[in-house]
Amino acid sequence: MNKTSDISALIGNMADELRERVLIDEQTAMVGIHTGGVWVAQQLYPLLDIREPLGELDISFYRDDFTRIGMNPQVRPSQLPFSVDDRHIILVDDVLHTGRTIRAAMNELFDYGRPASITLAVLVERDGRELPIEAAVTGQHMELGEQDHVKLTGPEPLQLEVKRAP
Amino acid sequence: MSANLQIGEDGRLRHFLSIEGLNRGLLTEILDTAESFAGVTEQSVKKVPLLRGKTIVNLFFEASTRTRTTFELAAKRLSADVLNININASSAVKGETLLDTLRNLEAMHIDMFVVRHTDSGTANFIASHVQPHVSVINAGDGRHSHPTQAMLDMFTIRREKGPDFGRLTVAIVGDIAHSRVARSQIHALNLLNVGDLRVVAPRTLIPAHVESLGVRVFHDLQEGLRDADVIIMLRLQRERMQGAMLPSEHEYYRLYGLTRERLTNAKPDVTVMHPGPINRGVEMDSQVADGPRSVILEQVTYGIATRMAVMSMAMHPVSSQENHG
Repeated sequence: MNKTSDISALIGNMADELRERVLIDEQTAMVGIHTGGVWVAQQLYPLLDIREPLGELDISFYRDDFTRIGMNPQVRPSQLPFSVDDRHIILVDDVLHTGRTIRAAMNELFDYGRPASITLAVLVERDGRELPIEAAVTGQHMELGEQDHVKLTGPEPLQLEVKRAP
Repeated sequence: MSANLQIGEDGRLRHFLSIEGLNRGLLTEILDTAESFAGVTEQSVKKVPLLRGKTIVNLFFEASTRTRTTFELAAKRLSADVLNININASSAVKGETLLDTLRNLEAMHIDMFVVRHTDSGTANFIASHVQPHVSVINAGDGRHSHPTQAMLDMFTIRREKGPDFGRLTVAIVGDIAHSRVARSQIHALNLLNVGDLRVVAPRTLIPAHVESLGVRVFHDLQEGLRDADVIIMLRLQRERMQGAMLPSEHEYYRLYGLTRERLTNAKPDVTVMHPGPINRGVEMDSQVADGPRSVILEQVTYGIATRMAVMSMAMHPVSSQENHG
């Protein structure tokens, strides 16, 4: 379990790293992935001088496991209050695990337009990747067992919960 | 109508056959999902890959342009393959039974049927005979039900007036007796706890005991429209003139046609709706149909998002949760 202060520090470090990696100008925009990614993005966004409003993606319609689990009853509209074309997008999520959520998010972004680049920033990067997707900026690395889960709870306070398999 | 036929063991939508038998939570879920789908039109690629690889058949035994087109577009925006069966040139004319037609189509690995038929209960009949993985959506059956039209109307009202139906006065005007749209609207509005639900029509077009559906009956249009937040005008079928239920279209318009003058009985910000197509000069004046209070074209637009929601929610998952990550 991480305390809120730890998470704030992690997000602060992510902001420092993003400033080093990404040229933040009028073509830069940030997008958080519902739900945890939006919470992280809401704390990360004010630390960077991004002029475009924060965007939000709900990737429910782009999941590759729809035929197994059906429709998520809590789906929310995606909101991208800017043109995606030629933007440098900072894509923010809470946990990078299999990579499937990020694949879905990128598919959705490309249905809005053709970004100049996408930089992936995640609060937690854990093992268990199933797709060749890696984060450029990571708050924390975790080595977990196959049956273990890490979850961000929030939005106030933000806390990481790790549920260990028995 | 069996509610169990529409709802799976997991409590999710399995078929969409009528508003009856559903609950308020499910209706709200449909409206919320439709809200998300409405945003798809803002994308440069106006499609989501939700039903990629699925095949949907529009099985229309009754003429329809608007409903069939919006179902087709909704399916295509969900990335499904769509097959429109021309019933006039189909085996139905050659004497093949409905079940034979169904079995032959199922043999082509169809995942969903969208059914419109002149006989009440046809969609229900088909739903009770399809294979477990196949879903059925009712696109209108006889005088019984037109649930997706009702849901797109609820979506339109929510967009125009906000989510609190309890403070709204809604007047449905026209042929209540023969309208599957009105039946479905009444059930949906009651499920969403509408404040005051009125039906306005001549005595010949009001069904017996309609009050038992939770509506107030008015035969005078001005009275029925008084302080209304929403007016839903119904299409008048021309055969009602021939069936001696009405003296003439002109007489109907004189007593029940919606004009700008009559609109002043309702609230200033009243929303005027019509399922279409409009008989101008019969149900309403063109000045009202094309006026600032009319949302008739918005209804058509919202019909696509609402049908996308119903189709995607009814498409049957084959197993349970897995980790996405």
